[in-house]
Amino acid sequence: MSMIIDRRLNDRNKNATNRQRFIKRYKEQLRRSVADIVADRSITDMSRGGEVGIPVKDISEPRFRIGRGGDREMVHPGNKEFNTGDMIAKPKSGGGGGSGSGGGEGQGEEGQDNFMFTLSKEEFMNLFFDDLELPRLARNVFGDSQQFTYRRAGYTPSGVPANLSVPRSVKNAMARRIALAAPLKRELEELKQSGAAIEDIEALEQRIARIPYLDEYDLRFRHRVKEPKPISRAVMFCLMDVSASMSEQKKDLAKRFYTLLYLFLSRKYEKVELVFIRHTSNAEEVDEHAFFHDPQTGGTVVMSALNLMIEIQQERYQPNQWNIYGAQVSDGDAFGSDPQRSAMRLNKDILPWCKYFAYVEVPDSPSTITPLAAAYSQIRDETFAMSTVMDRSDVYPVLRELFQKESV
Amino acid sequence: MTVAKRSDTILSHGGDWDFELLQRYDKEIAVIAKEYGLDTYPNQIEVIASEQMLDAYASVGLPISYSHWSYGKEFIQNEEAYRRGMRGLAYELVINSDPCIAYLMEDNSMPMQALVIAHACYGHNSFFKGNYLFKQWTSADAIVDYMVFARKYIFDCEQRYGEQRVEETIDACHALMDHGVDRFHRPSPLSAEDELHRQHEREEHAWKQYDDIWRTLPQKAVDKSGAKKKKRSFPPEPQENLLYFIEKYSPTLEPWQREIVRIVRKLAQYFYPQGLTKVMNEGWATFWHYTLLNTMYDRGLVDDGFMFEILQSHTNVVMQPGFDHPGYSGINPYALGFAMMKDIRRICEEPDDEDRAWFPDIAGKDWREVLDFAMRNYKDESFIGQYLSPKLIREFHLFAIADQHKEDHLRVEAIHNEAGYREVRRLLSKQYNRDVLIPDIQIVRYEHMGDRSLILRYNQLRERPLTEDACEVLKHLSRLWGFTVTMEIFEEGRGVVDKIEVNPA
Repeated sequence: MSMIIDRRLNDRNKNATNRQRFIKRYKEQLRRSVADIVADRSITDMSRGGEVGIPVKDISEPRFRIGRGGDREMVHPGNKEFNTGDMIAKPKSGGGGGSGSGGGEGQGEEGQDNFMFTLSKEEFMNLFFDDLELPRLARNVFGDSQQFTYRRAGYTPSGVPANLSVPRSVKNAMARRIALAAPLKRELEELKQSGAAIEDIEALEQRIARIPYLDEYDLRFRHRVKEPKPISRAVMFCLMDVSASMSEQKKDLAKRFYTLLYLFLSRKYEKVELVFIRHTSNAEEVDEHAFFHDPQTGGTVVMSALNLMIEIQQERYQPNQWNIYGAQVSDGDAFGSDPQRSAMRLNKDILPWCKYFAYVEVPDSPSTITPLAAAYSQIRDETFAMSTVMDRSDVYPVLRELFQKESV
Repeated sequence: MTVAKRSDTILSHGGDWDFELLQRYDKEIAVIAKEYGLDTYPNQIEVIASEQMLDAYASVGLPISYSHWSYGKEFIQNEEAYRRGMRGLAYELVINSDPCIAYLMEDNSMPMQALVIAHACYGHNSFFKGNYLFKQWTSADAIVDYMVFARKYIFDCEQRYGEQRVEETIDACHALMDHGVDRFHRPSPLSAEDELHRQHEREEHAWKQYDDIWRTLPQKAVDKSGAKKKKRSFPPEPQENLLYFIEKYSPTLEPWQREIVRIVRKLAQYFYPQGLTKVMNEGWATFWHYTLLNTMYDRGLVDDGFMFEILQSHTNVVMQPGFDHPGYSGINPYALGFAMMKDIRRICEEPDDEDRAWFPDIAGKDWREVLDFAMRNYKDESFIGQYLSPKLIREFHLFAIADQHKEDHLRVEAIHNEAGYREVRRLLSKQYNRDVLIPDIQIVRYEHMGDRSLILRYNQLRERPLTEDACEVLKHLSRLWGFTVTMEIFEEGRGVVDKIEVNPA
């Protein structure tokens, strides 16, 4: 008699581990593929999953196999016109004709050179942000903390039954019983020796028997104390040049940089505030939407943005309570004394309280050294970094470079 | 059964199924199968969803397996192909185990479920139980337990020695999997319990044998007379089971790595008969679903609509496109196997003069006995060599071509005519010889008194070279071996024509 079992409700993801192993193994190739996708995508759907490819030859599993060449015979079905002794021109190598030396082993040899498959959103983001870490993030601030952890802190005589420590309680009870009974037992022994009245002995025995096995003050409960957990708060200032010299294409690059940054931050850290400052000849703080989407034109005064950053910082983000980061994107066009003064201001008034400041340039051509870059390159400070982005596909590597994990 | 009842005997109409219906169909099919004399393991039929089918695919057709990236790759590949609609899912999956586990997909209609039950639970199942290769090389009653054991063992290894090292070992073993089979003596039956016990004993033995004092003894001066002693080469006979040799003799493997080699070897052993009986196994199962379901129809258990659906998918399964058809990818084992099984029945039941001349010993016999005998005692190679009839060669329009690498042209050796039948049959049969599919590679020398290098020999047949990834496989091998591995390419009559040497990284 056959047994029929309904397994439909069983676990459906038996291969999740194997899938993870596969992705882990080909992380490098996948990361490259992810970078390509990021370059092609519009900002709004950056956080979707995506289809990635790995060169087929990378993932093939080697076996000893007999290759083409040598002499062999093959039997095929469907003869229409051939007769014994006919000669047929050999199909060009690479054509599917003569490959089938095995019976039905028709593995899909045709098809793409890439092994394509779809990453889930989670997998995509993992690869994307893998080993990116906000630099010098110090877990130093207690203020405004909402997280608590419970720490063990010995035992206490009162508590809820769930926390009752049975071994401790029994141990206490035993100690108490011994302590209370010992003198009585000694007395009893003496009485027996001296041949006292039976009643006295029985009374004493009853007294000993009355010592409770477990008393309320034997009870001990595991004690836990609630402690505020140090959480790290960070604020990231996003500065962007939206002046006339910033073409649509450059703005797009800048937007991509911040989008990635934004995705990264909002994913990785719960407590990160973002301040968006855009500037032309003067700077203003805007919300995220306006920062990325409102068209603006005008001249360029970098200084204005730095000034505003300092203003906001003094108003809202005290360096002893916040980890402060800055990221600036510009095409590097600045005029007159502005670049020099900006560099000075940055170096003197911002970097001292800034954990990290990244400047990303989107210049017209890679060879020209822009005034702002020239001025900024004078800054010698390990909390400052600058980089150049020419193409969409550069954005992601730059971000990675800037925020490379600081482990070891 | 009486004629009056005939219209009531139909089990169900339409495509819907439920568990009760499955039960009833299975019961009817079992009755008919028994009448035909099919001997099967008990069945365990599991109804699963399509995603679970994808899961089942990936672990090489076993209900449970250890974790490895290659299964992930397989899974992703199938899932992707399925999602894009490039490939449908197989209707069934059946596991050579006792009880025989067969999967039914929940999206299948009732007729399809019946088809799968007949095909897998009675066709394949009886083949697994009866065929000599399966009987000899697999332990159907132990495989599931063994895989549970293997999975746990490998999981524990990952915990103790790190995923990476375990993965490297498994990678290397997988590369050599085709060369991990004992072809000529029967392996000891599997048992997870014994396996565990044996492992403990091995460890214990090694532990007891260890004595630190040996390390402190001064080393003997090199024995000069040793050079005079006749060098005994090892192994005395060439060894074709590479994994076995590694497991037993590798100078560098750690005990747990040897166990992993052993697990993969056992797995290879388990799958070995399947590769040798594709045509027969599928042919047998297809023949039986066809026969069983037709009998059901004849007895009025199923209606016309049911039969139409069955025939439609049956026809798809046994289709054989010609060599010049874009969809051609070699000979379809279902088509050839089914045609041969049916042909044997025909030869038994209504032989003509040609059949009497070709198959005097089976023409006119009881077809059930003849088929049963063939199922039990043949593999693809011998089955085709024995039973492929001229009639089928004509029907399939089979022709043989010779591909000589020195010639510009392929030559047609034989076609479906009087002069060609035997040649076509001989060549087709040879095509299913394992040596044609898997290169003949043997270990010829282990320099156990010297530099510990290993020398393999590829016995090259008719100048057929190995593919380029042979070098990669050798790298894996040398990783397991720990010392230099050399492969000689040996051609009959020409001696060693080439050498590949790989040093461990």
